[in-house]
Amino acid sequence: MGSQSYVTIMKEWDIVAARQMGRDIAKNLGFGTVDQARITTAISELARNIHLYAGEGKVCFEIVESLEHKGIRVLATDNGPGIRDLSQVMEDGFTTSGGLGAGLPGVKRLMDDFDIESEVGKGTKITTTKWVR
Amino acid sequence: MRIPILKLHNYLLISIQTELDDQTAIQFQEDLLSEIHRTEATGVVIDLTSVDVIDSFIAKVLGDVVSMSDLMGAKVVLTGIQPAVAMTLIELGIHLQNVPTALDLEQGLMKLHQELGE
Repeated sequence: MGSQSYVTIMKEWDIVAARQMGRDIAKNLGFGTVDQARITTAISELARNIHLYAGEGKVCFEIVESLEHKGIRVLATDNGPGIRDLSQVMEDGFTTSGGLGAGLPGVKRLMDDFDIESEVGKGTKITTTKWVR
Repeated sequence: MRIPILKLHNYLLISIQTELDDQTAIQFQEDLLSEIHRTEATGVVIDLTSVDVIDSFIAKVLGDVVSMSDLMGAKVVLTGIQPAVAMTLIELGIHLQNVPTALDLEQGLMKLHQELGE
């Protein structure tokens, strides 16, 4: 486990702030440009979900290191309404906001590890990691 | 933050050089449509060479602006999409299938010439 930093998502511009911070961390970790774009885009989707559905939340970044490799872990947490049907939000094209419905299944494809926990009325926590190849 | 829109004969040229936040993207959509209306432009090139992130929201705004301009009678070509951005968009599940694209500004203008027969 390494250093941790975070961006509080309260207004729209914080989405940009979150992805800029994520990109900087990814760059410093040695990710290539394609992986940087993947990570930055994933962060953007997660931050936007918080802004859109919960109104407020946090995107945290953690540098994770194991014996074989290192990576960036992104934690997106909110105390919003939660998600009733997790399998539904992981379907491509599902949306309640008129968007493209690419968000969460897209994030899962862009990153290496993906985990989602959600409780109705309590909030949602998404943990996702990308490893340097 | 507003994205400058340049007029060149019957065309409008836009080079997006800033980090696109949602508000800037929506504002750009409105600005472009009113510029098409005001200048009676027949073709538009939106150059994305300097854009290193296109997420699902920005992709939707760009796709929409192409359809909206089409409704008004102006043809839009997106140019200069970076390799990393193209890979990320497809992995994200966004195909932008009905959006005309070209490698760079030069080829984008050529495409407009051909399609508009000017």
